[in-house]
Amino acid sequence: MNTEIAIDARNVGKIYGKGSGAVSALGDVSLSIEKGEFFTLLGPSGCGKTTLLRCIAGFETPTSGVISLSGQDITYTPPNERPINTVFQSYALFPHLTVAQNVGFGLKMQGKPAAEVASAVERVLALVKLEDFATRLPQQLSGGQQQRVALARALAPEPQVLLLDEPLSALDLKLRKEMQSELKRLQSETGITFIFVTHDQEEALTMSNRIAVMSAGALLQVGSPHEIYDRPVNRFVADFIGETNFLSGTVDQGLVRIGTGDALAVSLKDETGAVTLAIRPEHVSLRPNGAGIGARIVETTYLGTDTHYTLALIDDSELVARVQSNSADRYTVGDTVVVEIDTQAVQVLKS
Amino acid sequence: MAKPRAFDVTTLPGFTLIAVLAFILLYAPIVTLVVYSFNGGNSVNQWGGFSLDWYAVAAQNEAVQAATARSLIIALWASVISTTLATMAALGTTRRGKFRGQTVIYIIINQPLMVPEIVTAVALLIFFSSVKIATGYTGLGYLILAHSAFCIPFAYLPIKARLEGMDTSMETAAADLYASAWQSFRYVTLPLLFPGVIAGAMLAFIISLDNVIITEFVKSAGQDTLPTYMLGQLRRALTPEVNAISTALLVVTVLILTLFVFVTKKRD
Amino acid sequence: MSSTRGPRSKGLDGWLLSTPALLLLAVAASGPLIIVAIYSLLEKGDYSGVRWVLSGEGWFRVLFEKDIFDQTISLADANLTIFWRSVKLSIMTTAITFAFGLPTAWFIATRPARSRAFWLFLITIPFWTNLLIRTFAIMEVIRNQGILNTFLMHAGLISEPIQILYTDTAVLIGMTYVYLPLMVLPLYAAVDRFDFRLIEAGYDLYASRWQVLRGVILPIIKPGIIAGSILVFIPSLGAYVTPRVLGGGKNMMIGNFIELQFGQGQNWPLGAALSTLLLAIVLVSLVIYTKVSSREDPNG
Repeated sequence: MNTEIAIDARNVGKIYGKGSGAVSALGDVSLSIEKGEFFTLLGPSGCGKTTLLRCIAGFETPTSGVISLSGQDITYTPPNERPINTVFQSYALFPHLTVAQNVGFGLKMQGKPAAEVASAVERVLALVKLEDFATRLPQQLSGGQQQRVALARALAPEPQVLLLDEPLSALDLKLRKEMQSELKRLQSETGITFIFVTHDQEEALTMSNRIAVMSAGALLQVGSPHEIYDRPVNRFVADFIGETNFLSGTVDQGLVRIGTGDALAVSLKDETGAVTLAIRPEHVSLRPNGAGIGARIVETTYLGTDTHYTLALIDDSELVARVQSNSADRYTVGDTVVVEIDTQAVQVLKS
Repeated sequence: MAKPRAFDVTTLPGFTLIAVLAFILLYAPIVTLVVYSFNGGNSVNQWGGFSLDWYAVAAQNEAVQAATARSLIIALWASVISTTLATMAALGTTRRGKFRGQTVIYIIINQPLMVPEIVTAVALLIFFSSVKIATGYTGLGYLILAHSAFCIPFAYLPIKARLEGMDTSMETAAADLYASAWQSFRYVTLPLLFPGVIAGAMLAFIISLDNVIITEFVKSAGQDTLPTYMLGQLRRALTPEVNAISTALLVVTVLILTLFVFVTKKRD
Repeated sequence: MSSTRGPRSKGLDGWLLSTPALLLLAVAASGPLIIVAIYSLLEKGDYSGVRWVLSGEGWFRVLFEKDIFDQTISLADANLTIFWRSVKLSIMTTAITFAFGLPTAWFIATRPARSRAFWLFLITIPFWTNLLIRTFAIMEVIRNQGILNTFLMHAGLISEPIQILYTDTAVLIGMTYVYLPLMVLPLYAAVDRFDFRLIEAGYDLYASRWQVLRGVILPIIKPGIIAGSILVFIPSLGAYVTPRVLGGGKNMMIGNFIELQFGQGQNWPLGAALSTLLLAIVLVSLVIYTKVSSREDPNG
């Protein structure tokens, strides 16, 4: 992958309203998205990810900052002059136009000759496997097919960047899984930069080259799925991505002493004083007895391959362990156990 | 919804009976009128067998012909003008969020629905009679102007309803796909809005065609429309000729309404 | 969030696009109403029209008259009779259309979804049918040789025709007939939104059918009742065609009385004053209506 920059956002902010009623939707976001990347904006609803997407598409003008495309400032370029297309959450297919007319719309508006539009439509419809539906109207298609038409329509003008605004949220689970791999395939086949917006962390982890986690209009962390999952920079990211236990403790002679009095040999950099330990449930294991942190089983949840144990430590702090169901030891509520934590996998967060 | 068969909660005592009675009472007089328009006898009091004579008499009456032509010319102009202006106003007042003065625009546009027609008629009589003296022009223009004005709210309402039901994401998508503002209007907004525009024009046409009071006050001498002609023909009883004209107008109304339902339903 | 344009251009575009419609309405609908108000304050012209002299005569003549010989002032009984008839008939029309309208609206709203459109269409046809034609139709039914009298005489119930036409009763029947759809449509809209589970709840809590109607249904559909009543009352008060055709000149209502001043009566200031008064009554009822309905139905 080359490292040319497709979209560059510098200090982008967006404030709605004026005076005392003003609401900041986006505050000083800077980020670079590389060409050919599958980039995901991830965060809960209202975190500003859609606002950022709409600023890139040109439907919103940032209150401050600059957005550029391949080095060119496009902050104030109207959306119909940006070589950027969007797959809308609601699909926004034109109900009065056939599938082919929908897909050819962008090229027609650009003034391309009819023959060129027709061949492009044919090619893109083949790409999304909808060749046989060219003359249908959108309302005659299923949700998944409409989704593909929306995708084809946005791809047909061969944009430099494709924006996808939670496009899979309206589909059921099975279809969503299918479309996820479909999207990955299309992205690698076309080589177009995809910017994908979602609130589904699992979707983000499986599909993206890189993920930007957002909250309350701010960018919290940008990195590969591995980095985001294994090395979350703060409690919010750790909590939002996957399941995480948080234990508070204090740094004491190179170890972290937690509430129970036990000291854990986690890898420390320069942290001192109070810290929070982020521990994934799969990094917690249980033994019936022996030396270690004592705990009592409070709740067990059978999940098929895994079983979740909710544990109470002696200082009443709570810890969740995820253990393979077929392991030899099974516990029931009330059992006392000894907890072992994979200290190498523990992330130390500043409190 | 699961409803017990024995005790239907949606039924209230006597309601169905009164409702059926209401429908009968609504239609019996109209049906009588229609039936008697096919009366072959000379007198309206006696049934003289089925015949289309009175339609022939009406069709050959020059005053009826002139009034029909006038009614159609006015209704066509009024529906075209009012629908055009109403479409523009509907585009201006919907789908752009609230803005200053929006309520004022709504009130002015819907004003003809609120002010008693006799008051508007009197107002236009006073106003146009001085304009007639000042300009010397006494043509159909005054009627067309007046009809266009009171047709605006009738054209505006279905167009506005249609626009409010339309998703703004359509125009957003068009802009995303390189459509200029004009292209977006031409290829997306207008085709989607079209059923609403047609519906608005049809309602405006009916309203203009049916108008009596304002026309009666605004018209100059010799400018009878079909309704004012019929009012002028009124004696102790209806002439069978007026019966025939009424039936013809009724048929036109029902036809346009059926078309209206078709046009507005087709959408989903 | 949804607009692609800046917030400043919104209002401007809205006004610019609405301007042609507003201009036409100003010239041929709203504007002339102001002239009417002005004319009501001028002196009556010799033949017709007005003299441009300020005068309270027009408004004075609404309620009073001066004896031609001794100049004594007395209440204008004829005018009061007309006002009273207009108000009385309008209230009665509203009440009777409600009595028929509620069951009709209820009936339509409780039909299965497919046939509901049909019943609604049956109400819509009379609604859009020429008012004159509908008045003519009623006239055909109630006149002395009309089907009603003919039927009653054939049945032996009466020996000679009942004179209904050209009475207040005729006007009342006509207005009820003509304005019934105006009552049914808003009532239907209200009943259609009504949650029928509330009735189940009512019966569950030991209410009788009558108690459910009084205590549950009527209070909830009240905005529709008010809307229907306003829609019937206002045109009834300003009715012109129906009383002219069915009242036969003698049984005038305000609308005919106004017309008289611009026709044979030749008293434009009085006609203008009556028009302004009618307009004022209508506007006050509308203001009360919006106040009441916005309080009753906060969700619009």
